[in-house]
Formats: sequence, structure tokens, C-alpha cells
Amino acid sequence: MTHISVTVDGTAYEDEVEPRLLLVHYLRDRLGLTGTPIGCDTSNCGTCTVELDGASVKSCTVLAVQADGCEVTTVQGLARDGEWTPLQRAFHERHALQCGYCTPGMIMAARDLLRENPHPGSDEVRKALEGNLCRCTGYQNIVRAVLAAAEEASASERHSAQEVTA
Amino acid sequence: MTTTEERPVGFGRMPRKEDARFVRGHGTYVDDVRLPGMLYGAILRSPLAHARIVSVDTSAAEAHPKVKAVITGETLAGLGLSWMPTLSYDTQAVLATDKVRFQGQEVAFVVAEDRYAAQDALELIDVEYEPLPAVVDARRALDPDAPVIRDDKDQQTDNHIFDWSAGDKERTDEVFAAADVVVEQDMLYPRVHPAPLETCGTVADMDAVTGKLTVWSTTQAPHAHRTIYAMVAGIPEHKIRIISPDIGGGFGNKVGIYPGYVCAVVGSIVTGKPVKWVEDRSENLMSTSFARDYHMHGEIAATEDGKILGLRVRVIADHGAFNATAQPTQFPAGFFGVFTGSYDLAAAHCAVTGVYTNKAPGGVAYACSFRVTEAAYLVERMVDVLADRLGTDPAELRMRNLLRPGQFPYRTRTGWEYDSGDYPRALRLAMDIAHYEDLRREQAEKRRRGELMGIGISFFTEAVGAGPRKHMDILGLGMADGAELRVHPTGKAVLRISVQTQGQGHETTFAQIVAEELGIPPEDVEVVHGDTDQTPFGLGTYGSRSTPVSGAAAAMVARKVRERAKIVASAMLEVSPDDLEWEKGRWYVTGDPDQGRTMAEIALAAHSNLELPEGVEGHLDATCVYNPPNLTFPFGAYICVADVDADTGQVKVRRFIAVDDCGNRINPMIVEGQVHGGLADGLGMALMQVIAFDEDGNCLGGSFMDYLLPTSVECPSWELGETVTPSPHHPLGAKGVGESATVGSPAAVVNAVVDALKPLGVRHVDMPLTPAAVWRAAQGRPLRTDMAIT
Repeated sequence: MTHISVTVDGTAYEDEVEPRLLLVHYLRDRLGLTGTPIGCDTSNCGTCTVELDGASVKSCTVLAVQADGCEVTTVQGLARDGEWTPLQRAFHERHALQCGYCTPGMIMAARDLLRENPHPGSDEVRKALEGNLCRCTGYQNIVRAVLAAAEEASASERHSAQEVTA
Repeated sequence: MTTTEERPVGFGRMPRKEDARFVRGHGTYVDDVRLPGMLYGAILRSPLAHARIVSVDTSAAEAHPKVKAVITGETLAGLGLSWMPTLSYDTQAVLATDKVRFQGQEVAFVVAEDRYAAQDALELIDVEYEPLPAVVDARRALDPDAPVIRDDKDQQTDNHIFDWSAGDKERTDEVFAAADVVVEQDMLYPRVHPAPLETCGTVADMDAVTGKLTVWSTTQAPHAHRTIYAMVAGIPEHKIRIISPDIGGGFGNKVGIYPGYVCAVVGSIVTGKPVKWVEDRSENLMSTSFARDYHMHGEIAATEDGKILGLRVRVIADHGAFNATAQPTQFPAGFFGVFTGSYDLAAAHCAVTGVYTNKAPGGVAYACSFRVTEAAYLVERMVDVLADRLGTDPAELRMRNLLRPGQFPYRTRTGWEYDSGDYPRALRLAMDIAHYEDLRREQAEKRRRGELMGIGISFFTEAVGAGPRKHMDILGLGMADGAELRVHPTGKAVLRISVQTQGQGHETTFAQIVAEELGIPPEDVEVVHGDTDQTPFGLGTYGSRSTPVSGAAAAMVARKVRERAKIVASAMLEVSPDDLEWEKGRWYVTGDPDQGRTMAEIALAAHSNLELPEGVEGHLDATCVYNPPNLTFPFGAYICVADVDADTGQVKVRRFIAVDDCGNRINPMIVEGQVHGGLADGLGMALMQVIAFDEDGNCLGGSFMDYLLPTSVECPSWELGETVTPSPHHPLGAKGVGESATVGSPAAVVNAVVDALKPLGVRHVDMPLTPAAVWRAAQGRPLRTDMAIT
């Protein structure tokens, strides 16, 4: 057993874990944070995508002990006071989810993209989400949702910039 | 009095109610279920495709400190559970006793305190096998020297499962003998897998005190599962509760009962604790229901000027080691009989032979509508092969032969009655969206430059909504579906349905149906599904049957409530019910629209001390069982534009146009999402997906490293169009649509690629059209995509 300290969605945890325990199982089975699902055993599908110290990772391919001292954000940590993020809203409004199983990972990956590239084109969105499989949507509405969220974010940026100059 | 100023949302592009939990990670899928004391199960699987089991030694696994039970075939045999019945009246081994019959087959089940310990314990089980030669090639399965796979069955002396045929053979032979033109083509619809992103799993909880078994399960048909558990395990049906929670995609993969489910139930009975079993991806791909695997020989007859006269088809169907194919009892080849497609033929005949091989069971899955994928692919490839032979444009050949609107309802040569259709209009629309003539000009220019560009068309007729009880049942359970609707005193409602969404949006669309019929806003209608203790009996969601059957039940039950509401309103208004008219969610007095009562007012009055006519019980609820009079027959016209790199064989689908007609659309946004998803499936099947085997029966598609699914990069931006030809027999004029795109799109992609390769003399390439397959076809050396490349 190895001792770890990890902050997940703003809450600090101290735990004893087996070194072989995968981060995704730590989140799901130990912390009960089941919003991050598992879709494969070869690191292809991306359903388990979370943010580890600001970088998006597939949590099935990270050991819990590697998260020691780190900050983890899952899809369950995005909404604040019940307020959805623009990406969550856009996924809803553009019908970018069906069974919902890829959605947490997809939203986390899209978040990672928009942080690096706030104004992506649709080809850039498709390329950025290549590590996240979806079996329901045919991807098109996901691309639309990410573009819409990006558009909304830049609109509110312009808005606050105008307020500052005013 | 109150007026309803605005019509509450009924049909229309309503964003989904279920999204709220999913975008925040608050869905509840099977693996999210945690119960006190819950244990974890894991399955030991066969490394060999065909082998006798000499011995199974579990002693080391049992000695593992975290292991609570190790269950073998012998354990189950003691309970009479080592074999279970399948949906095809065959049997399937739950845990192997005598021998293993496919790689990945279930041999032992370990129950441990956590999933890691369960996996550890699997490695401590020692199984001694005596290898046997494997039957891998379905076309050789009936050879006299082929090893007999099912020697467990009395009277089974070969690998033959069934022969089934449809159509008039004699007449068809006559038509072929007299035809100007006959073209034939062998084609394989290779074995693929639905691969829902969530694998199959279950949490079984047998409560020893109450004797009640609760099973959370990834099931598309919870009520059918309950009945089957009762039949198999001998547990009284009222003591079984199946809960199908949120399901991470089904696509036909989650219709049947898998050995893992049965093992988890036994594990719970043995340990007295809840037992969770969730398979991993490779287990899902290797052992749960595959799809397709039809080796088809098609022949098409026509006149020299392009009138299609007949189709003649022979099929060898590879069903794997156990015939667990899911379909109505009288249809061992599903609805393959609709292979005459969208054309008016003089005669048609098909003969399907099912065979056992040393592979996983399955066959009907992956949005196939009971083998309509195979049927649609066959006919749409054959029409293209004919167009090539005649030197006719494939769009022109189709336009000339499509059924005309005036021919509906149309009885096909194999006995199906298509409900409605306007095929030429849909094809014209697709060609308009594609700018078909411009595409052909562009293609001609590119051909002059030596570039390979192809345009592929597919026009399909689907057959969904199984089905009329008289002809269709699953294990004797007629394919009708129930609905229950209850309007609360405050005017909010709960609709209980027998079908089970796996992402198709039922919680939204079924509320919209009630909204449309009763004027109760859809937000005020809670849709309950997936819990057999709380919902009426029905057969579940697959075969795009939810809208045709359960959607009809929802409409009919709402109409029953509306009629009850009418009587209550007449008592409130002190007029005869005959004097009332319905509009915008309220009953009002004919000729005096101000005198009316809304559903909310009526609901409260129905629960009050208002005096009601004799025989009216009060309250506002109803139940209904809908037995469909026929299937619904949605259709579509698809056009694919693909570029092929002659040097590498790489295919790039540049455009894909899909015009679907599913009658009236309850929620067009959701229909479009269904179509997008199905198109990605079709593109994936056409270009990348296959579960292949080597000659020893090793599965070569058992993980996402090898079994390739399309990503956002391979998929083009889909271009959709729609026409509306309502189903005349459906209460809402709606037809199913969920599987249409999966059914219709593969032929369009293959037709496009073959069209691109036409200058190289290629007439057919079997799916998947991987770079290797395309490159080899272009070299005139086609490869067998279902077998290891040799």
C-alpha cells in the first residue's frame, strides 16, 4: 500500500492504495465518482478522460499513485453551484450526446482543446477529439457543440473586454 | 375559466430531458451501481477455439484470501444451469463442461472482494485442454470431414443449423431462364460487432430473506429477461426484478442473456452477497453478440433495356458455436426476406443455410433490424453490378425501377406488405442535394487525369416495428408492448413504457407524444422505463421497434385518457360529452370556445368529489397494449462520394448525403442524431470493422487495437435531407428510423469505392474496404476479409 494525497474536484483526499490501482478505478470505486466511465482496455476510447494538473489524460492509463500530490478534475467538478459550463450547455443544446457514455470524456477533451486553442476550426476540433470514440452521434453534433461553446466563450470575452474599455 | 394561450410543445426539436444528468456525470450505468457488501465477478475464458476439457483445477484460486467463490461448469451442472436456452431455441453453454467451442468462451467464474483480486484469481485456475481442429470457414462447415462442433446435441451429426427460404423458386427460375441479362456476384457481409461504448454487465442481488432477486443489467429487453430468468432458474417471476438503468449504448448487443449474467446470479445465491460482473472490452468483442457474417451469392435478372425482373440469392449464415441469434421465432434468417428492396420484381427467391462454426454466437445485432442490413446490402450491390453490366448510370437504373407511390400498400414477392412510400421523390432530393450531375462531370474529368473518384448510391426500404403478435414472438412472447399513463391531480403525468432507451432519447420523445396528444407540456411528463416492477410488460428496444410499437401504445393510452378527460369535462361543464371538442390541451363546448376546461383543471376535478356519470371511476389514468397490425417501412436515398488513393488503397469519404423518410417525425433533432450515428456505423463497417479469425480460430478483432471504429476524423460532415410519407396504420403516422442509416449506408460506401475502381476493372470488393483490401482488389488479387491474410 502506498500513501497518496490527491485533490479531486476541489476536495482533498488522503488514501492508502495499491500501486497497481488505476486512477479511473480509484475515482470510481474508492471515491464513488462514477461520472468518469470505462469503455475499453487498450486506452483507445477516451471515456475516462480527466484533467490531471491541467493536462487532459486518460485515467485508465494513469496509476492512482502517479496522481499523488496532483489536482484532478472530472466532469463532475465542472458545474459550479448548479451552473453548467458553456460546453455542457452546448452539448445539450446541439444534441451532442445520446447514451451519454462518452460525454464526460468528450467534454473533458473538448475543454482541453479550447484551453489550448480558443478559436478552433471544425477540422481542428475533429483532430483534437480523435482520441475520444463515440458510438451514437456520428460526431457531427459534437463538433457543432464545441464550436458553439468556443463562439460563446469568445463572445463573452469580447463583452467583458468592451466593459473594461468602457 | 383558463385558456391555454400557447400550444404546449408536442412534436418538435426539443432538447433532451436526459442530458441534464449525462453532461454532469450523473448518469447511473450498471458499473455505477454500488451495494453494501457487493462482490466482484470475473470470467476465465478459453484460449482455444475448439478443445475438450480434461480437467479444471480451482484449488489455488479458492485459496486466494479475497476469493469468496469459484464457480465452474460442474458447479452449474449441479444446479441444472450449465447450459441455457437461447432466443433461437438452441442451447448455449453458460460455463463449459464437456468442451470449449470458441475462443473466449466462459469456463469458470470467480467471485472476490474486489475486481483486481478477481482478476488475480483467474490466473490461479488451471485448465487442461485437449485441442480439437477448429471449424473457421463457414463455407466449409458442412464438408463431410468437418469436425462436429455440437456433439452435445442428440442427433446432431454435422454443423447444419437450419435451412430457410422465401419466395417462389420455380417462378424465379423461369424468370431467370427467360431474362436477357443475368449477372451474379458473391459477396460477404463480414462479421462485425456492435461494440457499444459501455460493455455488458450486471449486478445481481439475491435477497435470501425475501427470496427476491434484483438484477441491474445492461439489457435492452428487461421484461423478456425477467421471464427468461424465471424459466431458466425456476425463480417465480414476481420475485424477480430486472432494472435496466442508464445504458451506454446497446445497438443490439444487449438484447440476449449472456453467461456472465447467469454466473453473477449464481454467484449472489452462493455467496449471499450482491455480485457485480462487468466485462472488459476484449471480452465484449470476443464473446458477446456479433453481427452479420452472411456469405451471399446474388443473381439479378433484367431486360437489356434495364427493367429489373428478379433476384435469386443463396446465403451461408455463420452463426458461431451456439445458435443464439435474436429474432422472432418463425424467422431464423430474420427479415432477410425483404431482400427485394425498393423494386417491383416479377419474381424472387432466397435460401439461407445456417451453420455452426467455432466462433462466438450472435448474428442479429448492430442496428440490423433482423438481417435487413444484409438484405439491403445484397440488393443495392446487385443493382450496381447490373448497372455496370448494362452500362447504365446506377441512379438512372434505380429511378426506372423504384416502386411508385401509387403501388402502396405493396405486397412483395416474398410476402411483405410495405405500408407507404414515395421513393422517386426521395431519390431526386438526394440527387439534388448532392448535385449529382455535377459530381458525374467532376468524376469524368478526374478519370481523364487518372484520379479515382467514386459516387455510390443506395436506396433502401427498411422493415421495422416487430411486430404483429400473430406472426411474431420471441420465445413464445408476442411482440406487443404495453403503456400506462397516469395524470396526477395537479396535471402532471407519468408514462410507464415497456421499451428501454440506450440513448435514443425515449425520455424526451415519449413525453412529447403525451404532450402532443394531451397538451401536457413534455417537461411535466415523467417517462418511467427499464424497471420491471414499475413498467408494463413488453419486449424492449431493438429493431427500431420503439416508435412503431411502444410509441403507438403511448399515443393510444393518451387517447384513452383524453376520452376519460372528456367525460370529466362534460360533468364539470354540465353538457353532454357529444357537445365537446378538443383543442390545444382542453375540451371546450362546441360553438362556445370560452366554455372549456384544460387538462390541469380536468385532472384536479377527476380526483375531486365531482359527481361523475355512472361507470366512470374517477382519476385520470389508463393502460393499453398495442399489437401492431404490420411493420413500418421507412426508406431512404443515400449518396456517398469517395476518393481513393490508387497507390495506397486509402479511401476518403468526402461527402455523404442521406435522405430519410420515417413518416412523421416526433423530434427531428433526435432523428437526425440517430441518422448521424447510423451513418458512422455504416462507414465504419464499410471501411474498417471486421472480426476476423485465423485458421486455428483465434479471434483477430478482439480489442480496439484491431477492431477499428471511426473517429471524428474519418467521419465527414453528414448532409441530411428528409421527405415525409406517414405510415397509414400507425396512430402517429410515424415509422421507426434508428437503424435506417446503418442499414442503408454500407452499400452506398461500397458502391462508391467500386465505382471509383471501375477504370481498373474492379466489380466488387468485400468489406471492410481497408487500404489493404482496396489495394489488393486494384491489383486483381482480392483478399478474404473474414480470414487472416495468407
